Amino acid sequence: MHLVLFLIFGGLCVAGALNLLLQRHPINSALSLIVVMTSLAVLYLLLGAEFLAAAQVIVYSGAIMVLFTFVIMLLNAGKEERTHGSKAAYIVGFPGAAALLGILTYIFLKQSDHLGSAKLGGYLVTTSDLSRVLFRDLLLPFEVTSVLILVAILGAVALARREH
Amino acid sequence: MTDTPQVFRILPEVILTVVGVLIMLAEPLLAKNASRKPLGWLAVLGTLAALAASFWQLQLPAGTAFYGTVQTDAFSVFFHVLIAGIVLATLLVTLDAADPDAENLGELFALTCFSAVGMMLMTSGVELLLVFIGLEISSISTYIMAGFRKRSAKGPESSIKYFLLGSFATAFFLYGIALIFGATGTTAIPAVAGLLTTSQTPLLATIGAAMVLIGLGFKVSAVPFQVWTPDVYEGAPSPVVGLMSTAPKAAAFAVLLRILYVALPALHSHWQPLIWWMAALSMTFGNLGALRQQNVKRMLAYSSIAHAGYLLVAFTALSPDGIAAASFYALSYATMNVGIFAVFSHAGGMGDRLTLVQDYRGLAYRSPLLGGALAFFLISLIGIPFTGGFFGKFYVFAAALHSGMVWLTIIGLVNSGIACYYYLRLLVSSYSKPVHSDLLDGIPPVTAPLLFALLITVATTLILGIVPGRVLALAKAGANTLSPSTSVSPDITASQQ
Repeated sequence: MHLVLFLIFGGLCVAGALNLLLQRHPINSALSLIVVMTSLAVLYLLLGAEFLAAAQVIVYSGAIMVLFTFVIMLLNAGKEERTHGSKAAYIVGFPGAAALLGILTYIFLKQSDHLGSAKLGGYLVTTSDLSRVLFRDLLLPFEVTSVLILVAILGAVALARREH
Repeated sequence: MTDTPQVFRILPEVILTVVGVLIMLAEPLLAKNASRKPLGWLAVLGTLAALAASFWQLQLPAGTAFYGTVQTDAFSVFFHVLIAGIVLATLLVTLDAADPDAENLGELFALTCFSAVGMMLMTSGVELLLVFIGLEISSISTYIMAGFRKRSAKGPESSIKYFLLGSFATAFFLYGIALIFGATGTTAIPAVAGLLTTSQTPLLATIGAAMVLIGLGFKVSAVPFQVWTPDVYEGAPSPVVGLMSTAPKAAAFAVLLRILYVALPALHSHWQPLIWWMAALSMTFGNLGALRQQNVKRMLAYSSIAHAGYLLVAFTALSPDGIAAASFYALSYATMNVGIFAVFSHAGGMGDRLTLVQDYRGLAYRSPLLGGALAFFLISLIGIPFTGGFFGKFYVFAAALHSGMVWLTIIGLVNSGIACYYYLRLLVSSYSKPVHSDLLDGIPPVTAPLLFALLITVATTLILGIVPGRVLALAKAGANTLSPSTSVSPDITASQQ
């Protein structure tokens, strides 16, 4: 059952990501991203991270993607124009990405017995486990994130303000 | 951390955050055409307080706070002081160069303070997640500040290029952290080293280290991740370039030192050759690229790539001396580069009226003070004795030689020779007989903030060049907190070459 669900949603996730890159209209890309995010949420759930799965759906598939589509519609963005892109991207980029994928696949397949396995559905990460990490061990990074958000807001206002 | 209140460990960051928020809140309360300079002075005061707080942290016993996420020690204090000093000089230069009612000046001051918070957290963070958030704060503030010349098409171009490539690089850094976590099960920098020895999949950590190197290599503009540098520097306002060519780089180098020497010393046989090549290529590419440039900011962008290369030479030494040399070099490069951009900012203003080398022709006759300062900083950038630049290079190459990096040292010395040419070209231009030019007549009279900024930078460069002992002692103390002698044993240092 778990394996079947994993295969379905893992496949959906990869297909959505590919579609995101291949689509030429931003709205289609954004919708594919929703598919990716939601499939990821199911994968988290399969790994026993129920809270993370719920947060993924609410925050990423919900709030952030709605904002994405709003922005695209507000800007009334049309189809992208295809350019040939840079040659360096083709010469170095694709082999580089392929090599990385190859190495990581190799490690995971070759050393799978060392890596240990998460027992699917066996252990649930409870909300209290999660909050202990978030509000105790990683309290400072959590709080400092507010400065990060502040900077982003300030920058958006500064860059978007009309010149007088 | 027994008796020390936790907040003392992040005191400079707290001060700067509060000041940044105050500026942000006060800005809308000012009348539309009122001068924004009081906000700048508030930022200067805050930075001075942060500087004092950083020095004061030296008295604290070295230790961690907030469940082992930040650590104050001689190393973090060294870089905190460095960053606060750069920000202080930058704020003064901005106060001098900007029109009082200029667009977005208040936001610029607030962003400068916030970016300093991010950079300081990078240098004292010993938890990779905290380091990452610090890196994001510092990067996002600099992306925005790079685009503050909105009227020129180059401003937004600079900002967007920096933003897109920078986000890509940060993603690499984050991926690297994830892989290191995958190999060791921790993101605490001191714990990684121990767990790495028992890790079942050290190869994952090696790839993670390579990713971290890519991400930080971009931030310090080392070859082959340097393409953005000239375009971004050309488009950004000069005071901002002075800041972003020094402070975020110093912070990124500090992070790189911490990660490589504290977390990943066991992998040194993997990362040392990579750094070797990055250093050699950065020096060569940066200096050769600068030779052809007519635009001063592009020229200094290439020069900044080259200096990142010199600094990386110290990384290959694998010894506390190398760490101390790298810290010292970061400081000496920062003082002279912030200083030279102070001159450019005053001469060209926020809008960059003077762009080409020949625009500076006769500067020394028009304004002996600016000309003299420019000459002094150029001499230091070349690395002539009695300036900070000389001792910076001296310590770096000495550390490299001690570790048997003969070829890298030779490449570095040859490059220092090449670099003379383009620095001297600007020097000769500014001391040539003036042709009458409207550009130079437009230079405003020197103001008090500029004098302060020049005083700080010139004095520091001189101190580093004449009596570097005490600064070097602090850098060495920092280096010792980073490499507890056993982590990298001397017998393996000569393995490369």
